This record gives sequence, C-alpha cells and structure tokens, in this order.
Amino acid sequence: MYYYFIAEFCSRSLEKSHLIMLKDIIVLEEGWPFMEAGVTKLHRILEELPEPAFESVQYMNLYTTIYNMCVQKPPHDFSQQLYDKYRGVIDDYNKQTVLPAIRKKHGEYMLRELVKRWANHKVLVRWLSRFFDYLDRYFVPRRNLLTLNSVGLTSFRDLVYQEIQSNAKDAVLELIHKEREGEQIDRSLLKNVIDVYCGNGMGEMVKYEEDFESFLLQDSASYYSRKASKWSQEDSCPDYMRKAEECLKLEKERVTNYLHSTTEPKLLGKVQNELLVVVAKQLIENEHSGCRALLRDDKMDDLSRMYKLYHPILQGLDPVADLFKQHVTAEGNALIKQAADAAINQDASAGGVQDQVLVRKEIELHDKYMVYVDECFQKHSLFHKALKEAFEVFCNKTVAGVSSAEILATYCDNILKTRGGSEKLSEEATEITLEKVVKLLVYISDKDLFAEFYRKKQARRLLFDRSGNDEHERSILTKLKELLGGQFTSKMEGMVTDITLAKEQQTNFADYLSASMTTKLGIDLTVTVLTTGFWPSYKTSDLNLPTEMVNCVEAFKTFYGTITKHRRLSWIYSLGTCHISGKFDKKSMELVVSTYQAAVLLLFNNAERLSYTEMLEQLNLSHEDLVRLLHSLSCGKYKILIKEPMSRTISKTDTFEFNSKFTDKMRRIRVPLPPMDERKKVVEDVDKDRRYAIDAALVRIMKSRKVLGHQQLVSECVEHLSKMFKPDIKMIKKRIEDLISRDYLERDSENPNTFKYVA
Amino acid sequence: MRRSASKKKSGQSAESVTTDLFRSASSKASTKEMDRIDHLFNQYANRSSSLIDPEGIEELCSNLEVSHTDIRILMLAWKMKAEKQGYFTHEEWRRGLKALRADTISKLKKALPELEKEVRRPSNFADFYAYAFRYCLTEEKQKSIDIETICQLLEIVMGSTFRAQVDYFVEYLKIQNDYKVINMDQWMGLYRFCNEISFPDMGNYNPELAWPLILDNFVEWILEKQA
Repeated sequence: MYYYFIAEFCSRSLEKSHLIMLKDIIVLEEGWPFMEAGVTKLHRILEELPEPAFESVQYMNLYTTIYNMCVQKPPHDFSQQLYDKYRGVIDDYNKQTVLPAIRKKHGEYMLRELVKRWANHKVLVRWLSRFFDYLDRYFVPRRNLLTLNSVGLTSFRDLVYQEIQSNAKDAVLELIHKEREGEQIDRSLLKNVIDVYCGNGMGEMVKYEEDFESFLLQDSASYYSRKASKWSQEDSCPDYMRKAEECLKLEKERVTNYLHSTTEPKLLGKVQNELLVVVAKQLIENEHSGCRALLRDDKMDDLSRMYKLYHPILQGLDPVADLFKQHVTAEGNALIKQAADAAINQDASAGGVQDQVLVRKEIELHDKYMVYVDECFQKHSLFHKALKEAFEVFCNKTVAGVSSAEILATYCDNILKTRGGSEKLSEEATEITLEKVVKLLVYISDKDLFAEFYRKKQARRLLFDRSGNDEHERSILTKLKELLGGQFTSKMEGMVTDITLAKEQQTNFADYLSASMTTKLGIDLTVTVLTTGFWPSYKTSDLNLPTEMVNCVEAFKTFYGTITKHRRLSWIYSLGTCHISGKFDKKSMELVVSTYQAAVLLLFNNAERLSYTEMLEQLNLSHEDLVRLLHSLSCGKYKILIKEPMSRTISKTDTFEFNSKFTDKMRRIRVPLPPMDERKKVVEDVDKDRRYAIDAALVRIMKSRKVLGHQQLVSECVEHLSKMFKPDIKMIKKRIEDLISRDYLERDSENPNTFKYVA
Repeated sequence: MRRSASKKKSGQSAESVTTDLFRSASSKASTKEMDRIDHLFNQYANRSSSLIDPEGIEELCSNLEVSHTDIRILMLAWKMKAEKQGYFTHEEWRRGLKALRADTISKLKKALPELEKEVRRPSNFADFYAYAFRYCLTEEKQKSIDIETICQLLEIVMGSTFRAQVDYFVEYLKIQNDYKVINMDQWMGLYRFCNEISFPDMGNYNPELAWPLILDNFVEWILEKQA
C-alpha cells in the first residue's frame, strides 16, 4: 500500500505542494529520483530558464527525504550513497555545464562567465547542502568526512578553477595593463575575479598568491622597469619623480579597488624598486636636473618629493643626504674664499670687516638650510647630521691668518660693544643674533680658543665700554652655558659679577672718603677690584705713578684694608682711564686717555721738553710700551705732543714737547691707544692650557683603566676633550711621552703598544 | 754546641769527605784565581782612589788592543755591571773577570769574542742596549742624554748591525729641533724600530701605534727625502 503511495507521488511533479509524511522505508531507487528532480529545478533556476522559485514546502520535502533515507535502519541507511551522489551531482554539473560555458568564452567575456558561474556555484552548493543537510549533522562528523560545503567547493576548485585559472589570470593582467595605460576598465569585474582566487584557497591565501599574485608582481615589475628606462632617458628628474609619485598612488588605489589588501606592500615594493631603487643613482645624481641642481636652484618642492619617495626605501636617503652635505659644504667654502679674497684686497687696518660679513653670511646660510632640513627633509636625523658635518668643515677654516674662533669672538664683541661696534640692532634682533651665533659655535672645534678670545674682548668691554648693556652680556653667557656647560662660562660670569660688585664697593669707598677728615684726594678716583682667576692675565707694571695718583692709590689701599685682610691687591695701571684737563693756548680741553698716557703727559707739567730716554727712566716703562704711548700722543690723529724730528715712527733719540697750539672743535676728546696684538698671546695661552688638559685627561683615563692600549688611550682622550677642542694627535703622543718620563705611566714590557698606570 | 759540632763530624759520610776535599781544592784554585784578578786590578787601578779610572781604562784598552770606543769595552762594563762610566770598582772588576774566567790579560783578550757572542744573543742584547743608555747617565737625577752623546753611543752600540738606520737617524737627530735630549723610552723605541721595521721603505711602520713621536717625525722626514 505504501509503495504504491510513493510511486504515485513520484510520478507527480514537484509543483504540487503536498506535505508528505512517509512512515515506511524509502528505497534509494525511489528516493533518489525525487532528489534529482529538485536538483534539476535548481539547475534550471541557475540557468535562468523559466522556473519558479522553491517554495518552502518543496524544500522541506527534499530535506525530509534525505532525512528519512538516513535514519532508516540498515540495510536501508543510504547515508554513504547519498553523500556520494551529492558529490556526483555537483561534479556532473561542473563538468557538463559550468566548465564548457567558461571555456567557450575568451578575455573579458570569459571573466564575466567565470564570475557568474562562481556565484552560481555558491548558490548551488548552498541550496544543495540545505537539502542534504542531515548528512552534515551525523554522518559527516561521525565518519570525519568533508562537510557538504567543502565538498561543493572542492568540486569547483578541482574541476573548474584548476582548468581556467591560468587563462583567467592572463585576462586579468591584460585588463590591468590596459588600465595602467590609461583605459577605463570594469573594476568590479576584477574585484569579483579576485574573489574567485581567494575563495578557492579553502580559507588560505595560497591560491591567490601562487596562481595570481606572483604573476601580477612579476608583470608589474617588468612593466615599470620598461617605464623607468624610458622616462629616465626622456624626463628631467623632477618630472620623473612626479610620474613615479603618481604611479605609486595609482597602484595603491588599484589594490584598494580590486586586489587583496595583502598585496599592497608587495606591489608597492616592486614598483618602488623598479621606478626608484634601480635608477636611484642615475636619477639623484643627474647632472642637469638631479639633486645637485635642485639644491642649486632652490627647488624645495622637488626636494620634498624626492625625500618622500626615497624615505620608505632602505638606505634610499643616503645619497640625497650626501649630496645635500656636499652642496652646503661647497656654499660654505665659497663664503670662506670670498672672505679670504676680500682680506687680500683690503689693508690690515680695515679690521676684518670681511670677517664680520662672513659670520653674518654663515648665519644666513645656516638659517636657509635649516629650513630645508625642517621642511623638505622632515627634520630627519640624516639631514641634521649632513648639515652639521658640512658646517664643521668650513666653519673651522682660517681666513687670512685669523682663526674661526677669533672671528666669531670678534663678531660677538661687535654686537655687544657700543663704541665702534656694528650697526645698532633692536633688543629683539640682538637677542636673536646672539642665539644664532651661539648655534654656530657648536660647529667650531676650537671652542677653548673662542672662549679665550671672548674673555679678552669681554674684559675690554666691561672695563672701557661702560655704557654697554649688561642684560645682553648675561644673556649670551646663559646661552653659552646651556650649550657648553657651566665650566665654560664660569670665569666670564665671574667677570660680569665683579663689575656689579665693584659699583657697590665704589659707593662704599666714596662714603669712606667723605667720612674721613684726613683723606682728601683732590682727584676723583674710581677703583674696580677684579678677581684674578676670572680675568685674563695682565702684566703688572712698575710704572712710576705721578704723585697725585700715588696718594689716591694709598688711600684706597687703606680703605680696602678695612674691608678684608685676606686679599692681596695687584695694581694694573695699563687698564686704567684718566680724564685730564689740558690747558692749551686756544682753549682748555678735557683729554680722555689711559693712565699710562696720562703719566706721560703729566711729566710735562714739570718740564718743557723731554727726551725719549729721560721719559723711559722717569716712568720706568719698557721700550715697547713707551713707543706705543708716544706714538699715540704725537703721531696719531691728535698731536698732543710735538715730536722732534717729525717722522712717523718713534726712535730712541727723539725729543718731545708739549703742543700748546693743539686744539679741536670738541671740548672733550678721547686719545686712543691701539691695543697690543693679543692674538699671539691668546694662542700661546690656549696651547698651554691644552697641554694641561691633555695631561689631566690622560692621567684620569689611565687611573681608572689601569692598563690601556695606545690607540684606545688616544681615542678616549680625544673623546674626553672633544667638547672644548680637537687635540692634535702628535701633541697627545708628546704628552704621553712626557708623562712616561715623569713616571705617571709606563710602557708594558711585554707589549710596547700598551701603557700601564704607575700608582 | 759541642754536641751539634760532634754530630756534624760523626754524620759525615765518605762521599761528603771527597766533596769537601774537592771543594777545598777548587776553592784553593779559585782563591788563586781571585788573587790574580786582584793583582791585575791593582795594575790598572789608581792608588789613591782604589778604582780603575779613565786613565787606567785607556791602558787596559791598549793592552787588550781594542780602542776605548770599541763596543767590546762597553760589553765588558756590562758584564761587570759597572755603574759609573769611565770607572771600574774592585767589586765590579772581580765580578766581570770571574764570570769571564779571565785572570790574565791574554785570557781576558781571548774571552772578548766569546763575550761579544754572548751579548749579541737577542735575549741579552736588549738588556745590553738599555744598559748602554744608563751607563751614560752621569748626574744623579739625570734621565736623558744629549744629542751629541746619543749619536756617539748609537754608533758604538748599533753601528755594526744597523749601519743604514744609524746613519740616517744620526743625520736626522742633528738637523731636527724638537728634541735636545733623548730619554730611555725613545732610546728603547729606536731599538725596537731597527728590529721590527723594514728599512728603508718602512712599509710596515704605523704612526698610529705607540711609537715615540720622534720616530714618527723621523719616518716622515725620510719619506719626504725619498720622494
């Protein structure tokens, strides 16, 4: 009865929606055709033949059929057969319908067919596995078999994908090529094709990578290699770079549009390699439009582009930084040469104006290229280093016999002094300039030499240029301290403090004088007490002071004795200034002179005429000093004394007479006394200090290391001292030998290249 | 006391008796030798100072038929460990001649070649070389020797083995101005230089090593000359 029922059922088409409840056994030969009908319906739907969609009752019937055939007791448990038939259905469809359909088409059409068939396949598998779902619940896991879904996918992969993937890949690459050449292509199609590759990897990317991506990368590499050859021949560097930048942008978009995201770094890497790495040398070093030319022509945009392009490439920026360094060095050297040439053409007394111009130009150069470092090169350390090294090369060059340390010290002096200094700058401008000067100092290796020249000039400013601005004096010292440490500036700061204290003390001295009944000087006396260690060393003199001054000095000595008994005063008259009233025939004038000059002039209060030798004896001065003094008073701009004979130089046989006829339109004049050339002494002093510094460093190092090889000792010594100066290797060797002979060190008897500390 | 003494005597074996006899025989011989050495000493020594002074050394040299600037006299001084240049004390004389087993002038003369061989052995020569320097330090706290003396000393000590180096170096010392004296470190450095550096190309000289500065300058000077 039941068999009849089923037969009757099967003969009916599935369109009739009857819910069937079967209680009796369904044999395979009967159940399967039922399923096949469902499959056929599915096929028709996929082929877009006129076929209504599945109704839920139909689905449930199919599902239940499977269910029943699986739960029936053996020998009617048809799970295995159904599982095989499931696979068979899909395989057949792929073999007979899907593959031929794709094969029939070519190029883009083939790709479209593939995409369609892949989409269909997924639908097919989804539906079929719903019908056969019951297998997935017990049979499949129990037997550890592939799930229905996996079976479906493997079928496509093995029968369809394997066959067409190579052709599909070629078609895709062709389309990509077209797009690269500027044509519009169907991006969503490509995206879908890529999905096929990804989808057929069974959860892994391996199919995509092996069957598609690797070819894409190869193809892209050759494409861009050709472009690179062509463009590097035809285009200027900036144009090439613009093209390269554009290509990279487009390739990035390509990945976003239809490739898998993991391809991005690989693809961009290839493009970069062909467009930038392979041609790097040619491009960057191009004579006409490469990096050198860009720097020369201030093409900041192009340089920024170059930086952006080469930044992600390993060591890509090295040649750029190197050319930058070379360029800045060349510019700096040109400035030096300019200054040197100007020096030859000017005479010595022009006082190194070209030096001052040089410093200003060096500052400008630094500012200019610092902008490059910040803006074009994004403050990259490689370029900071390049700039630094470039400046270190030319900032240490001597110009017309004057060291860079001295030039810089003179520059600071000109800014800070009021008389005879450079153009007056505003407060703010002065601050900024001082800031920049200190930045330049970083590049100078002989910092100790700078310090010494600076100190000497600072002393002159503090003592003779009293209208100077203390704020600025302190401000530059603060900047120097920040940069080079307190030890560098301690003496200089001490000097400034001394002056402040001296002012206070002068008030006390004045009070002391007015309070005293007995001490009346008859002359206004100001004394500045300097702390010896802070100030440059000055020769004390045995000048015979005029009697008027002797009393003053004694008075101060007494006063000072009331303040402290623990200090010894040395009088440096060469640093003093004197205001004398000169009673000339035409009018009286105030002469502002140095104490030494005053001493000379006051001799003429007691004598009409004096000979050189007489003055020498009376004053107790050296020849060098007296010649200088007499020259300033008789051969210079103001002839306070008449020299006989009237020659331009002082000789020991000259005689001098007070020039009563002297006059000037001003009421008060300053008779200058040109300072002695300090340069030689400064260099000598610094050399001496360096010898001590090297000795100290060597001993310090050996004391802590006990045993050390020669080369290491030398390099550590240089390191120790690098903040202040770059020691000459020969000098270090000499100091080592000296220390050996003084028994601080000894040579190792086994190894003559090693030294041992002698405790 | 007596017991221990008698113990000694009773403890004496037949062997040690022979040794004793031998010792006394040889000690007799050595005493005789020493006497002759002393006698020889007195032949050259100054009566009042009891030292052999420069005059005595001159005489010694002429008897030995060597010039007093000959290196072998210096070697003799070394063997004696003589401290003061130009003088030999009695102690030193004894020490030297005993070591050489020479108690007559002819024996001493014959011993000289052997002595020279001994000194020239590399293990001894460095010591001898250093000794030669110290021997020339005449003042108490003196640590360096003037250029003139160094040149002479160099000639004596190294003239026969490193002719070229000595000639060049002496020439250099005379024209350079950096150093007026040479110290021990520089002296020893020169010895190392002669032994280690190929001359006259000096291809293996590296001024970055711990060679004394004077040698760096010397090498620079030679290379400039050759250019």
